[in-house]
Amino acid sequence: MFLSGGPRLGFKTSDFSREPCRAYGKSQVNYISHNQWVCVRFIQRQLLLTERWKMIRGKPDDDEYWNSTKFKAFTFDDEDNEFTRLKESKRAVNSIRSLVEDEDEEDDVEKVNWSGEPIGSISWSVKETASSIRSTGEVRDQSSPKIDNTPSLRKNSSGYSLSSLFKGKAKTGSLQHFSESFSEQSNRNYGPELRKPKSEYKDYISDWTPEETVKRMQQGKAFSLEKFRSLQDKLLLLDETVKAHDGNVITAVLIFLKKSLSKEILFRELITREIALRHFIHYLKEMGENKLLVELFKTLGRSEDMALMQYKDHLNIKDENRRRDFLKNCLSLPFSQEDATHVLDHYTLLERQIIIEANDKHVESGSQADIFKKYPRKASILNMPIITTLYYSCFYHYGEPEGTYSSPANIRKTFRISDKQFLLTCLGARAKLKSWFDVDALFTTKNWLGYTKKRSPIGFHRIVDILQKNNAPVQVLQEYVSLVEDTEQKINLAQKYKCHDIIINTYRDLKDRQLLIEYRGKVETDSSDYKKIQELLGNSQIRWKN
Amino acid sequence: MSAHLSYGRVNLNILREAARKDLREFLDKCAGSKAIVWDEHLTGPFGLIAQYSLLKEHEVEKMFTLKGGRLPPADVKNIIFFVRPKLELMDIIADNVISEDKMHSPRDFHILFVPRRSMLCEQRLKEQGVLGSFINIDEYILDLIPYDGDLLSMESEGAFRECYLENDQTSLYHTAKGLMTLQALYGTIPQIFGKGECARHVANMMLRMKREFAGSQTQILPVFDSLLLLDRNVDLLTPLATQLTYEGLIDEVYGITNGYVKLPPEKFAAQKKQGEASKDLPTEPKKMQLNSAEELYAEIRDKNFNGVGAALSKKAKIISAAFEERHNAKTVGEIKQFVSQLPHMQAARSSLANHTSIAELIKDITTSEAFFDNLTVEQEFMTGVDTDKVNTYIEDCIAQKDPLIKILRLVSMQSVCNNGLKQKVFDYYRKEILQTYGYEHLLTLNNLEKTGLLKLQTSTRNNYPTIRKTLKLWMEDANEQNPNDISYVYSGYAPLSIRLAQVLARPGWRSIEEVLKMLPGPHFEERQQLPAGLHKKRQQGENRTTLVFFLGGVTYAEIAALRFLSQMEDGGTEYIVATTKLINGAGEAEIILFSQQPGLETRLLSASVPMRIWNKLNILHLYLYLFGTCECRADRSCRRPQALRDGIPVPGPDGACVSPLPPDL
Repeated sequence: MFLSGGPRLGFKTSDFSREPCRAYGKSQVNYISHNQWVCVRFIQRQLLLTERWKMIRGKPDDDEYWNSTKFKAFTFDDEDNEFTRLKESKRAVNSIRSLVEDEDEEDDVEKVNWSGEPIGSISWSVKETASSIRSTGEVRDQSSPKIDNTPSLRKNSSGYSLSSLFKGKAKTGSLQHFSESFSEQSNRNYGPELRKPKSEYKDYISDWTPEETVKRMQQGKAFSLEKFRSLQDKLLLLDETVKAHDGNVITAVLIFLKKSLSKEILFRELITREIALRHFIHYLKEMGENKLLVELFKTLGRSEDMALMQYKDHLNIKDENRRRDFLKNCLSLPFSQEDATHVLDHYTLLERQIIIEANDKHVESGSQADIFKKYPRKASILNMPIITTLYYSCFYHYGEPEGTYSSPANIRKTFRISDKQFLLTCLGARAKLKSWFDVDALFTTKNWLGYTKKRSPIGFHRIVDILQKNNAPVQVLQEYVSLVEDTEQKINLAQKYKCHDIIINTYRDLKDRQLLIEYRGKVETDSSDYKKIQELLGNSQIRWKN
Repeated sequence: MSAHLSYGRVNLNILREAARKDLREFLDKCAGSKAIVWDEHLTGPFGLIAQYSLLKEHEVEKMFTLKGGRLPPADVKNIIFFVRPKLELMDIIADNVISEDKMHSPRDFHILFVPRRSMLCEQRLKEQGVLGSFINIDEYILDLIPYDGDLLSMESEGAFRECYLENDQTSLYHTAKGLMTLQALYGTIPQIFGKGECARHVANMMLRMKREFAGSQTQILPVFDSLLLLDRNVDLLTPLATQLTYEGLIDEVYGITNGYVKLPPEKFAAQKKQGEASKDLPTEPKKMQLNSAEELYAEIRDKNFNGVGAALSKKAKIISAAFEERHNAKTVGEIKQFVSQLPHMQAARSSLANHTSIAELIKDITTSEAFFDNLTVEQEFMTGVDTDKVNTYIEDCIAQKDPLIKILRLVSMQSVCNNGLKQKVFDYYRKEILQTYGYEHLLTLNNLEKTGLLKLQTSTRNNYPTIRKTLKLWMEDANEQNPNDISYVYSGYAPLSIRLAQVLARPGWRSIEEVLKMLPGPHFEERQQLPAGLHKKRQQGENRTTLVFFLGGVTYAEIAALRFLSQMEDGGTEYIVATTKLINGAGEAEIILFSQQPGLETRLLSASVPMRIWNKLNILHLYLYLFGTCECRADRSCRRPQALRDGIPVPGPDGACVSPLPPDL
């Protein structure tokens, strides 16, 4: 049966082809004896043979008949016909239009569709062929892309092929198997195995040196890692692989070592092999083997990397309570000093967000508080950054006593938020609500004599910007513009936001008559500002400088 | 399609043809009709190599995009997956194969890995139980893709991350292989120079591979005189700075991928018939190919953006004049000649209209206050102003919750220009960033530290000023219109990487030994023996050709600077550029940026800017105007937008321009 192979057997070879792989996969795990192994290989090869047959023969004849487009059967429920015909004519019309109207489409101008991709480019065709699935072949031909205009090859270049340049490394166009095994699959494209020169059989049994093995792996030829049994052999192989710098091969050997060595020994040996170690870490990361990676970092004494690695896992946890608990466990990890405080903050923040969220949800549904009715919440506060949380708190929980978790004051203190950040966030939230009184209170300080004064850790010009963005009325803006220290900046802002009073007062203080006269032209003649300017100009008490 | 590749000093079309030949060979190996299932990331790079027509000639009938579930029906014998060796893609392929309808006639499966096959991926396929279903598993070695007449890219996205963050050297191995391919086609490169750890590795691998193929020497006269390998981490400053060349800015604002840029469509609606334009409004972004095949683009791509307006308006005048010629054509012969030139003129006209639109879009951004403020801070850092203090602009940006990428780019720049940040400054930024953007960005900052983009000052001495002075990295009097030094590409800052190339050519690295020692990694020189009889005999005055390979990416502005050096009359060296990937600072920080919600953080810089413009653009804005000033009157008194009919300025009766639109447009 095996020898005849071929389609005559009456079953589909493809039904089988998957099976041996599974069987084989198992055999790897169990580390079967050499004899068994040879046996498995034999079966494997035969099955490949049948596949090769399939390749050579093509499909069975009747399949060919039923599947070829020529013999497409007519069916009544084939609604596509009308549809495709419409499409066809539309295309024809379009193509005529382009002939008549579009002068740009000269022969030597590359055709470009609207989105700018040249017609006939690959990304254009992916869309095009995929969308024409429902239409028939003829329609597609109509729209078929222009033939490539590339000038024919120059003689001297036509003979080159990237792969043929390296005869020594000749690619085999094949399956190369990295596992500790087998497979003359490499030659499955090239016809029945029987025809192969005998010398090639030597490949399976001969003892390759580590150098030869690595070379074969790089060349995509069959190889076997199983014969590297002793630790010393394995390490020799690893060192040889690292010398070749081919990450693909290094990874393959590392997988073999990972399977065949205890992790204690593997880790111990990797410590002295920096490059192999890096590749191993990268491999574990790619495969998502975090547990092993954590162990490795521990062995290496890279405790901070390990801590971050574990911390990273919190992102995969969707449920907030579980995430919080996970973060709590992270607190005991050996982070660097700075990171440790941030992770603690992260935990505290989430813990608090959960409480606030539950509480606010309750309040909102009971509609006990106006603020939630007036400004319904758009999203939950869970997992938001701390500054966003502070903004939220300033928006919904302003004025709560410092003892409550959700009060801005408490958040500010717990998370050591800088004065600037606190002020800006608070200002943003209160200005959004148009609570100008609260805004005012933010800047007002009393000195020991009981006088009030406005102070700010950030320049008042920025305060003005923020207020203006929140559509503050001129009266409010004016107050803060007047607090800007730099005179020139003050005038600029006042002009931008039309705070006439400030400008007039500033010019008065500067005793600049000319500028005041000039400005009189800019305000309306019957306004109070105009009158004020007139009064000032008529005031004989002022000693104008010009 | 590919003609522009052959114009340059080195005919890169040879490389393209070799790649095409390989592709044809693979396709013929799978006999019968085929459907290709594409990894979306590959269609771009493949587009640089081949057209659909080539695939069609080899019986490719359908093409699909790779996605999970059952494959779309296609009446073909072969299904070929064209994929990058990525594990997640293997899972999708396995899904495809498993859900294949077994009742239907069986189809043959093949996989083509680009650029290399990976044992890890094959293992994954085996774990999924589908490895046996593939008739062919092959690799398509697409190491270096010819991008333009003087530009090769590996288009390998992860290279910077792999080398400098993961310390995985696979991409270096591919680089070395790519260089071997190049040498097989263009002859052995006699001299190899390099700076940096990765450069050293690549050179070692090349020398080793050469020893292995000692027998199969190609008998080709060397085209390249020398190779310069540069590690990206030798010069981290350059990609962090905002590029100020035309092409660089297009990349900064919209992002150029595989030589294409996607632009907001509204500006381009005008090019359809004016009356119809409003009927079917384009909603998809307009995609444009950018390369030197377009004459106008080749002319302006490397100019400083401040010089682009003048160049465009000059071009507009030339084209107008050419169209005016028709009035002078009296005889039949003259008219015939005019008509024969029409196609070329029309192409030039539409190219001008396109670039005027793009330039306008970009100008909206470069003239914005935010752009100016950002640039000011960048230039302060580059000139060494207050790099040891907390910068108030960065502080403000964080308070305003500007995109994190922007913040990271500036903070990294400050760190690089100060040879690391002081503990106090570092802690302050870290706290502000984590509080504003979320504590999980601990991981992002950690990654930045690992790559060296962000670091703590260890020694008390900041050596950046020495480097800046020795290599003349800052030029006060950079001339943007008529440049006389490479510093024009960043309006004052001369890219460090290109200075290294420049000094190497003349007077040689020996003159800057001290500085080279301050930069990370070793510097070295190697010579490769040429077979007898292949020694090039240089003609008097003949230029040398140097291949500069950037390991970890290159920016468009750096390429512009190298092109500038190639064109210098007394330069003596012409440059060909090769890289693992074309990058900008946003991209560089982005690949390191850690985000669990893709799309939220990624490409923030370039995504947020165009959105703003999209909203602002008026769809009926059919009239283009060149940089606000119309030149219809000699004294430039006309402030009206210049009316363009089909992209050509239309003069009014009094010589001033005519515009039906209100002047305050």
